[in-house]
Amino acid sequence: MYHASNTMAQNSTNIPFWRDTRVLKVLFQILFLLGVFLLAGILYANMLKGLESRGLNLKLDFLRNEAGFDVSDSVVEYASSDTYLKSFYVGVLNTVRVSLVGILCATVLGLFFGIARLSTNWLVRNIAATYIEIFRNVPLLLQIVFWFTVFGSLPAANNSIELFNAVYINNRSIHFPSLQQTAGFSSWVGYLYAAAILAIISVFVLALIFYRKHAERMKEGDDNRYFMHISRAAKWSAVPVFLIVAIIGWFFAPESPFVLVRPEFQRFNVVGGIRFSASFISLLIGLSVYTSAFIAEVVRSGIQAVSKGQREAARAVGLSTGQTLRLIVLPQAVPIIIPPLTSQYLNLAKNSSLAAAAGYDDLFRIGKTIMTQAGKEIPVFAMIMVNYLTMSLTTSAAMNWYNSWVNRIKR
Amino acid sequence: MKKLCFRISVLVLAFLMVSPILSDNHESSILDKVKKRGRLICGVNKELPGFGYLSQDGKYKGFDVDFGRAIAAAVLGDPDKVEFRSLKAADRFPALQTGEIDVLIRNTTMTLTRDTANGADFCPPNFYDGQGFMLRKKLGITSLKELDGATIGVTAGSTTELNLADKMRTLGIKVESIVFEETETLYQSYDQGRCDAVTSDKSQLISRRASLKNPDEHIILDVTISKEPLAPVTVHGDNKWNDVVSWVVYATFFAEEHNITQAKVKNLKSDNPEIKRFLGDTGNIGELLGLPKDWARHAIGAVGHYGEIFERNLTPLGLPRGVNKPWTEGGLLYAMPFR
Amino acid sequence: MEEQVDIQQIKPPTYAKGPVGWLRENLFSPWYNAILTCVALLFLYFVFKGLLTWAFTEAEWNVIPANLQLFAIGPYPRDQVYRIWICLYILSVLLGLSAGVWRGIVQRWTIVVGSILLVFLVIPFEIVQREDSHLVSIEFRFNLIWLIFESRRWLLGDVALLIGAFFLGQRITRLRPWILGGWVLSFPIIMFVLHGFGENAVQTSMWGGLLLTLILAVFGIVVSFPLGVFLALCRQSKLPAIKWVSTFYIETVRGVPLITILFMGSVLIPIFIPYFTIDQVLRMMVAITLFSAAYMAENVRGGLQAIPRGQHEAAQAVGLNYVQSMMFIVLPQALRSVIPAIVGQFIALFKDTSLVYIIGLIDLFGVAKSIITNPVWLGRHVEVYIFIALIYFSFCYAMSKASQEIEADLGVGKH
Repeated sequence: MYHASNTMAQNSTNIPFWRDTRVLKVLFQILFLLGVFLLAGILYANMLKGLESRGLNLKLDFLRNEAGFDVSDSVVEYASSDTYLKSFYVGVLNTVRVSLVGILCATVLGLFFGIARLSTNWLVRNIAATYIEIFRNVPLLLQIVFWFTVFGSLPAANNSIELFNAVYINNRSIHFPSLQQTAGFSSWVGYLYAAAILAIISVFVLALIFYRKHAERMKEGDDNRYFMHISRAAKWSAVPVFLIVAIIGWFFAPESPFVLVRPEFQRFNVVGGIRFSASFISLLIGLSVYTSAFIAEVVRSGIQAVSKGQREAARAVGLSTGQTLRLIVLPQAVPIIIPPLTSQYLNLAKNSSLAAAAGYDDLFRIGKTIMTQAGKEIPVFAMIMVNYLTMSLTTSAAMNWYNSWVNRIKR
Repeated sequence: MKKLCFRISVLVLAFLMVSPILSDNHESSILDKVKKRGRLICGVNKELPGFGYLSQDGKYKGFDVDFGRAIAAAVLGDPDKVEFRSLKAADRFPALQTGEIDVLIRNTTMTLTRDTANGADFCPPNFYDGQGFMLRKKLGITSLKELDGATIGVTAGSTTELNLADKMRTLGIKVESIVFEETETLYQSYDQGRCDAVTSDKSQLISRRASLKNPDEHIILDVTISKEPLAPVTVHGDNKWNDVVSWVVYATFFAEEHNITQAKVKNLKSDNPEIKRFLGDTGNIGELLGLPKDWARHAIGAVGHYGEIFERNLTPLGLPRGVNKPWTEGGLLYAMPFR
Repeated sequence: MEEQVDIQQIKPPTYAKGPVGWLRENLFSPWYNAILTCVALLFLYFVFKGLLTWAFTEAEWNVIPANLQLFAIGPYPRDQVYRIWICLYILSVLLGLSAGVWRGIVQRWTIVVGSILLVFLVIPFEIVQREDSHLVSIEFRFNLIWLIFESRRWLLGDVALLIGAFFLGQRITRLRPWILGGWVLSFPIIMFVLHGFGENAVQTSMWGGLLLTLILAVFGIVVSFPLGVFLALCRQSKLPAIKWVSTFYIETVRGVPLITILFMGSVLIPIFIPYFTIDQVLRMMVAITLFSAAYMAENVRGGLQAIPRGQHEAAQAVGLNYVQSMMFIVLPQALRSVIPAIVGQFIALFKDTSLVYIIGLIDLFGVAKSIITNPVWLGRHVEVYIFIALIYFSFCYAMSKASQEIEADLGVGKH
């Protein structure tokens, strides 16, 4: 009853405060907040009481105790004699790792199928549509379990599939050869420094030459042109100079700076090289395929949101299809795509909590193991929540900042 | 109007939060709670053939499940008045602590930490087990040391996971352990060759070996790296209820010692004073436990004595009795006196 | 000027004609499209070859029909199955009546449902299973005795009721408010019938399979929608306390994975509320709903923000109060514009119900897992997974198709 409040304000002396909407509003809010805090307080008190009756507490000092369990996929050095805290940290790193790689793969796949979905080719368009419909309408948990099961039907470790004598694939893992630094590495780094310095010098020299040559025109104040020349110089001189010197350095170094470490089969397993476990790969495939179906839709609707007239106008001024996409459509579509894309990225990161279904040791799973082995549900659970929240909230904050930045540019 | 709307909504929200099916929790013991509810809630495994699994007609079956039924029969007089909850290894203690289940009979190893820090109380073990290793025959391995560099499968949240890490550290060898949430996935993965060996309770290894593709290709190593006394568990601090579960377990031991079978127990008349006390014909042991007079008759009548439970569930899987025999035959099952 | 072309004489450009024209237009028009088509054809060839070879030579589909009942209802007691049929009957009558009364989309979808039921009714197979062993053989043969199977008889009744109610609905159109009331009441009634009371009560821990999945999903969808709208309105509120609290709630819930919320509902709620035990299935329902409501709120908020201020002001100008202007002016427009997002959230919720398996409920996914455990069905993982994937897919796909139809019916985006 907003229209009434003005008349009320005029003769407010007549209104008792318990009928005054302004007072009531404040009062209501205070009561509401009180209720919320009361509820939270009661729950908290219950928890403390419950914990006490079972001889448990909220202290975090158990984190310094020895974990006693192994973690199968760890980015950092970890042994079962390390602490609970360390094992939790390993879990966090694993979540981050699978999320980042997953985001990369999902974006590539999603872009591919999103654009294919808009292809003029009927067959390609419909294959993409089928892919999208299938993978976004089946639960992720099921997909992860499915990929994990399918992965198991690959050959066993002792007769792995070998590609180019370098990549080994079996039902436990995929191995890529890795590069290892040798004694020659440090001298090669010296060459790299030299290459960088030479590249910078070459840009300056070229810039100077351009300046001399076009000094006349520069005076007319065509700054943009000058910078264009410099950037072109950078592209055409700095990069080749850097590469050439680096390659020369490679051969002149006392020893090849890197050696290729090929994986090889030993008694039980393929060892050496960079190893991705079956759990990691199946989780990764599950996450990225599932998310890519959503990203494809995001990309498609983003591109379609750019009005048809823009595309027709581009065609009219003689741009090719590729140029239209690169110069006209994408620059307009990207700001539309970014916000939903980020929320898909966040979904992927959160969905990585299903890692246990593929036997991957992510944050949630290691947290759960700690809960059972140490019998500390609530503190560990709080740690898990805080981790996910930090991840999501920082991303959304960055997103909001980006959004306002894009909107400012528009103005 | 706006305020009213909010007020109503807040009320609705509050109502939603507290309206769920309410039931009392203020009874002194779980025993009273179970009696009042008319139903026992028992946490079991649903993925371990022989011990606890979901059969095709949607019923829980197995060794552990039978003990749950025996307790229901003893307390409520009807072995069917029990509701089974399937639990994963990692969820079982929280479920027990929070009162989700009355009793946990899910091949759970009795350990000091669990008895103290995990808020659990253990009953006498109903199965004495030990952790072993199963691997492929063709690897030609006879001792654990030879497993250096192997991949070993294990279930999450179990004592076996910890034992494995301990043992490998003492042997000074490095193995890669791969941890599975579910028993089923563990053995499936092993069968596919995704790990070189699995480690678990030997009973589990034997029972699961039978369901591998080619059971003959696998051997169970002749080493036992730990003691795994599997016991029913009740929540910490409820002695009355713990007594009931414990003595139901003892009752199955006692019945086997005295050869009181499922078929005989109903109309059994005995002159042996101890058996008479046991069956409730004389004395007041039922009353002391807070149970009906003929509780043991019901319990044994429902599932039979220990030997019968074992033979019904575990013998078909090829599991030998081993130490799980009455002490009179050289085993470890020793019923405390019913006096 | 002889060479000048008379504009009148130029024929209009021809569009694709016939199959050849269509092919050229859609598959081979610029040269690179021809290459793409070939690549795509190759891809399809290998995928289909692999799939079909597997499906017809390697796969053993026995596992599906032998466990159909387990898939459908999980561990629900077999002697109480009639209750599920009663529930289906209630739903069929309501659906039939609605189809008769409303026509349009409702009728189209009722026909779809009806024909699916008919297909189930007519498929002439029987499952032969011996008592003692797990050996199962499925015999596809048409014979009249198929009616003796209990589920067939129930199904026949179901189809009959559906058709009967449809014709009844066509005759008596003034049933509308009653039918709406029936739909509203149907959920609690069904829950009551499924649970029962007293001696014969079927505890929720015995609910399972597709039944449980559907119950979780329907409850989640029905409750999270109004709750989401409510939260969205709170977040738009001018009262700071309300706004903060709802924003806090929405952002927190959206910041964590569903599995942590479910875990909280399963393990921590009993610690926080020790006075009484809340049924586990109910806790999962509430957890899923509260989770979904936060997402729903954000979708609705998107719609609300798109409504121009003028609409609010106009509503105020004609003397509507807050509730009225929201109910009759703003929300209908806001919700209409975000139908795809809302249905997308419903679909997400439906898929997410599979996570209750991790907490230990035996939903459709849980049943699949327990069937795989059974030594009889050793190594039949992929078949079982594909089967339940098909079930999930059909439901989700149907929902998204329905949303597109509703959108088209309401003419969204045509202004």
